[in-house]
This record gives sequence, structure tokens and C-alpha cells, in this order.
Amino acid sequence: MNAPTAASEPRSLYWSVRREIWENRSVWLAPLIVASVVLFATAISTLCLPIRLRATSTPAQQHAAIVSPFSMAPAPIMFTTFFVGFIYCLDALYGERRDRSILFWKSLPVSDGTTVLAKAMIPLLILPLIALALGIITQLVLLPFGAVGLAASGRNPGLVFREFHFFRGLPIMIYGLTVHALWFAPIYGWFMLVSAWARRTPVLWALMPPLLISAVERIVSRTWYFMYMLQYRVMGAMKEAFIFDKKGDISSLSQLTPGRFLSAPGLWVGLVFAVACFAIAVRLRRNREPI
Amino acid sequence: MAVIEARGLRKAYGPTVALSGVDLRVEEGRILGLIGPNGAGKTTALNAILGLTPYQGELRVLGRDPWTERDLLMRDVCFIADVSVLPRWIRVSQALDYVAGVHPRFDRAKAEGFLARTDIKRTSRVRQLSKGMVAQLHLALVMAIDARLLVLDEPTLGLDILFRKQFYDSLLNDYFDRTRTIVVTTHQVEEIQDVLTDLMFIDHGRIALESSMEEFESCYAQVMVHPDRVAEARALNPIHERQLFGRSILLFDGVDRQQLAALGEVRTPGIADLFVAVMGNREGAAR
Repeated sequence: MNAPTAASEPRSLYWSVRREIWENRSVWLAPLIVASVVLFATAISTLCLPIRLRATSTPAQQHAAIVSPFSMAPAPIMFTTFFVGFIYCLDALYGERRDRSILFWKSLPVSDGTTVLAKAMIPLLILPLIALALGIITQLVLLPFGAVGLAASGRNPGLVFREFHFFRGLPIMIYGLTVHALWFAPIYGWFMLVSAWARRTPVLWALMPPLLISAVERIVSRTWYFMYMLQYRVMGAMKEAFIFDKKGDISSLSQLTPGRFLSAPGLWVGLVFAVACFAIAVRLRRNREPI
Repeated sequence: MAVIEARGLRKAYGPTVALSGVDLRVEEGRILGLIGPNGAGKTTALNAILGLTPYQGELRVLGRDPWTERDLLMRDVCFIADVSVLPRWIRVSQALDYVAGVHPRFDRAKAEGFLARTDIKRTSRVRQLSKGMVAQLHLALVMAIDARLLVLDEPTLGLDILFRKQFYDSLLNDYFDRTRTIVVTTHQVEEIQDVLTDLMFIDHGRIALESSMEEFESCYAQVMVHPDRVAEARALNPIHERQLFGRSILLFDGVDRQQLAALGEVRTPGIADLFVAVMGNREGAAR
């Protein structure tokens, strides 16, 4: 009778994650749409390569003209997944109460902990993986366009493979997604906590308290420390995990600063806050009834 | 063994008392009807039993504390908490996949078998199904789970009479097997009279009446009294009296049937008749 107990916890988690993806098609649909648009725009831009190459004089500028469409392509896809993650978290534990389906989910032997863990895995694991996959695919699809562009400007189409280092870009992409998942974890956690708690408009409940605290601080002490803290939470991963070059690009592994990122107190404070939020969300879900 | 055992079960929402010290014992193999007016505490009692709400007092369901062990309890307990809680976005095939994935006691072939008797397509989303079909789907999912306790809270609300009849028929024919236990609440009491083995009226958070159906049928009698024998009948202390087409209908508790037969037409009352009598008397007493 106790036999299925041990084996079924990872199984429940797996199926809970799948059901999140079934329910929230935007998790893959939104990044896919953005990737298609990026692909389309970049493809046109690479086909215009001859015009842009004509405007360059130095080899460095030429390199930039050839490579920048590729290295730029994954960024909008990544930002889309962050955005989808925020929206997803705000609805994750709210929607199921609003449509009363929480009563169905709770009629099955899946614990609140497993449910919240599955939902937390969407922004922390699934969305980064989707961004990575789409980023890789986009770049691979773009390569032949780059080659055509080069051929059209009378150069060796093979140049695109020499100038654009796919395998150098890949670890940067993985690193960027990882640091952002960790850095944004407290935002995801806070949003999910609010979505478990709010009776209506979770977006207001999620955003108003931080803004109010900031306003109160401003009125009381005429300072903006709390606002700086919020800003640091949004932008901090960029600041702590990378050294941007003069043009604001990341093109080599030496610009990654994992040591500084891992020793930033903001990371660890944020992760502790995130774990606390998810834990409270589990408690709240146990108590919550349909709205 | 008692499937559900409660002692002094209490639950208050602020100043509103939903359950005030309920003692309850449901044995294995029973079909218990929990009947009460709106706001009587039925759903609160069921929510406590299902681990959906915290409570005071003692409560054991299949030997477990439902509030702290809900996920383990749900291996052996199924419930349909009112109609249309199936998520509207889910496809029928996804619902089958998911329940098969998370429930160790779900028999997918059985569920497919139940669905084959309906017009429900595997590719449909729940939002595309009629209300009756959603109820059929939910029932198919639940009946394919080898559970020991099934809790139904208004499972047929808003369904037409054919669906309601079919619902209880399949429950009795395809599911109930005397080792399982079913607890059901509904307002359509007449329809489940033949289904139940036990009956419980609940009102203002208390149990107003508790009876097995055998007791119910032997104790209670309803008599349409001959007009000239009304005074005689009233002397036997009826628990309720009402008028229908100018005739008096009196309800008796524990009065010999042969004695009553002399006064008029005797029959076993419906649950609804008794409900009106018991609740009406309580209302009167409260005033």
C-alpha cells in the first residue's frame, strides 16, 4: 500500500509541470512568436549586408557588421521569457482559484508543495530552457542568410562561420539565462506569493506595496534607497554578472564575471527572500478556497 | 471500521459558526446523504473531511488527519466538489493523461470505457462540452479511481433530469460495491432516496437528524387522513401536519402502521417530507 508513495513524487512533479505548460501556452507561444519576428527582421537585415559592408572601413567594423545580427538575435527572446515569467507567476496561484479548478487539483494526491514547486519551475527552469532552445535555433537558421548576404557582397560565404563563433555564444547564452533566473527568483517568488494571497487584481497587490514603501521613504526621509534597491533587483544581474565592452556588447567569455556575481550579497539575500516567498505560497495555497 | 469519525467538529468563519460541535461516524460500505438548507454547514463539513479547510475538534478520515495529510488521503478519497470545477482549458485526453500520471490508483482503461458510452471526444476541451458532458467526464475520471471514499457535493446541480438519473445509475451500477463509502449532498433529495443507506439532516451547523434508511422506513409514516378522523389522528402526536387538496396529511414518528391504517392512506414519506417536517419544527422552536 505504501509502495507507490516513494516513486510517485517525481512523477507528480513531472505531470504537474506538463499541465502548467498545457494550461499556459504563452510559456512557449510568446517566445516562439518573438523568435519568428526576430528571425524575419534579422534575415532581412543580413540580406542587406552588402549595403552595410560598403559603409565599413576597418576589419573590426566589418566583423561587427557580419556578427551583430546573430549575437543580437537571442536577446529579445530572452527578455520575452522574463516578461512571460512575471505574468505567469502573477496568475499561477490566482487563476486556479478564480476558475474554481483548485477544487479539482486538490482532489488528486498532489501536495501543495509539489504544485508550487512545479509552478516555480516554469520561470526558473522551463522558460530559460525554451529561451535557450529558441536562441540556438534562431541563430542556426540565420547562418545561411548570413552566408547569402556575404555572397551577395562578393565575399566568401564561409566567412560567416569564421566570424560568428556559435560555440562561444552558447555558453554566454546559458550563463546569461542562469544568472537572470537566479537574480529574478525573488521577483518570481513575490509575485507567486501575491497570486496565492490576493482575492482580486494580483498585479496591483504585487506592485503597489513596493511603490508605496518607496513613496513613504521619499516623504519621510527624502531619500530613494528603496527605489534604488528595486532598480538594482531589475538591473543588477547585468551589473554583477557581466563587464560590458565600450559598445555595450558581450562578445567574449572574459566579459563574464561569475565570481563577482556569486559573491554579490544581493544574489543571496534575494534567494533567501525567494525561498521564503515560495514557502509562504505553499502555506497559503493549503488555506485558500475558490474566490 | 469507521471511514469517517468526527468528535466535536467545529468551524467558525469570524463570528459565523458553520459547524458547532458535530459528532459523526460513517461506516464502510454506506451511502450517506447529507441534507440541509443552504448555509447549514454541509459544504464546510465536507471541506473539513477533504482537508480543504482547517477545523477544531477531532476528525479522522480513513485513520488520517485530513488537514495535515490531504495529499496522502487523496490516494484513497475522491471528490466532486460541486459541478464544473474541471479546468475549462483542459482537453479530455490531457485530463486522462494527468490523472493517470499523478494518481497511483487510476485505471485509465476503465475511464476510457466509461467515456466510450458518451459522446465526449478525446480532443475536445472542457469549455466545448455541455454541462452534462462535463459531469459525465468528471464522473468517468472519479469512477476509474479505486478509492475507498467518494464525496459528492451537489454533483448534479444544474443538470437535467435524464443526466441526473444516469449519474446515480452509473454510480450504483458501475462503482458502488459495498466496500466503498459514498457521502453525497444534494437539494434534489427525492432522486437519491432509493440510493441512500443512511440519512443525515444538518442545520445551523448541527446534526438535526440521523437515521439509516431501514430505520427511516420503519419509523416514519405519512397518512392522508380521512376528514372525519383528523381529531383522532392528531391525538397520536404527529410530528408534522400539512394540507393538500383539502385533506390533512400527517407525519408520524414511531407509531404503529396498523393503527394508522385505520385513519387513512398510509405510505412511507419522502425524504423531502421529513426534511420539511424536521426543519419546520426547528424553525418554529427557534422562534
